[in-house]
Amino acid sequence: MQPINLTSALAAGKDLVAKVQTASGVDVKACYQCGKCSAGCPVAFAMDYTPRQVMRMLQLGLAEETIKSRAIWLCAQCETCSARCPRSLEPAKVMEALRIEAKRAGFEADDEIATFNEKFLRSVASNGRVFEAGLIVGYNMATVQPLKDAGVAPSMLAKGKLKLFPSKIRGRDVINRMFTKAEKMEADNK
Amino acid sequence: MKYAYYPGCSLHSTGIEYNMSTLAVAKKLNVELEEIPDWNCCGASAGHTTNHLLGLALPARNLAIAEKQGLDVMAPCASCYNRMKTAEVAVKSSPEIRAKVAEITEMDYAGNSGVKSALEVFLKEVGLEKIKASLVRNLGGMKVAAYYGCLLVRPNGIGMDDPEDPMTMDDMITALGGEAVQWPFKTECCGASLPTARSKVGLKMVNDILQMADISGVDAIVTACPLCFVNLDMRQNDLNKKAGGNFNIPIFYFTELLAIALGEKPGKVGVKKHFVSTAQVLDKYNLK
Repeated sequence: MQPINLTSALAAGKDLVAKVQTASGVDVKACYQCGKCSAGCPVAFAMDYTPRQVMRMLQLGLAEETIKSRAIWLCAQCETCSARCPRSLEPAKVMEALRIEAKRAGFEADDEIATFNEKFLRSVASNGRVFEAGLIVGYNMATVQPLKDAGVAPSMLAKGKLKLFPSKIRGRDVINRMFTKAEKMEADNK
Repeated sequence: MKYAYYPGCSLHSTGIEYNMSTLAVAKKLNVELEEIPDWNCCGASAGHTTNHLLGLALPARNLAIAEKQGLDVMAPCASCYNRMKTAEVAVKSSPEIRAKVAEITEMDYAGNSGVKSALEVFLKEVGLEKIKASLVRNLGGMKVAAYYGCLLVRPNGIGMDDPEDPMTMDDMITALGGEAVQWPFKTECCGASLPTARSKVGLKMVNDILQMADISGVDAIVTACPLCFVNLDMRQNDLNKKAGGNFNIPIFYFTELLAIALGEKPGKVGVKKHFVSTAQVLDKYNLK
């Protein structure tokens, strides 16, 4: 890591840190860096920055580094960190807010997970429910791994666990409008 | 006792056994379920980590419909339960959020109808005493590890049991005549969508849980989440083939074991649809 000038970092990251604090409801300054979040985090082994480090970076104004990190996409939202934080700070909510900001800023470090989520929501927006077969096919095509998990498809079909056609709800036009309205309301509020 | 039923997307596809066994248990215990008409997906983790309001509005629409039915909701899926409970708490605690959610969903949800997991409805509301009085057979000492995962027990204020040492399913196993195995990975995360979206990372998480269950000498693992189920059941084959694993641990939904103990035929509640065969363990404990 390069040396960092903390005075300028604090000033440069101020707006983004404020947004993340408002969206998550977490005051990052209250974190006293005990590391309990990272000790319990089941995905910390694969992260570039552990949850404790993400909290520290936000304290230091290194907000852009956090929204470019892989850690925020790898977070499984298991909430172990939030349940164990002795300051009741809910790092999982910080991760959630960082993901939303990363998407807005166009930084999606981990394409696979971002793509999976996007395909998932697109399926909900058009059908009202998730169409799992369509989700997996769309995800595999987008990430160029057409045969991933294809081996289980025949037995899933035989077991009645995979449907070939989506189940569409009557109110899917409402669901579609909900996506548009939620997007607009959050954009107006930022 | 009557609830609005929210099966959620998984129970109509990959978690079909959970639906079959939940309906069977409800019938045995006289819990009337009325499906929420035209329910939509709760958005799961993808929803709230993409847009905070959308993550509240998707489950709130279902709660609003249930409110019209005049019923509380029963949601068996851990993620659906968690998202609905989050929306319920958010709307109840803030008139501002209630108004925003109403604008998005085009329906006002006042917070009068709440949500309960299937664990709460069957094991707390109906209760173990009534269940014990209705048992047709018992698990004969089957060694079962209760696996709760994340979203049923966390975060604080949303979870339906202790976040570190939940006991709801352990108590059920004991009540059904099984041995609730003490093991340290009751609430360890299975990776949720990571075994699909980032298989190297996700499969390691599944591997660790299965390995701990193996070391703990279990006959089976019991869960109450359709995604945990898929990860633990379907991915054993992946781990055995690609990562040199040697797993053969049957996974059950808690409702499958409950339905069987209440006298339902195992085939009727979906245990033949699992990837890891359940025949041997059911045979061993005379539960065919």
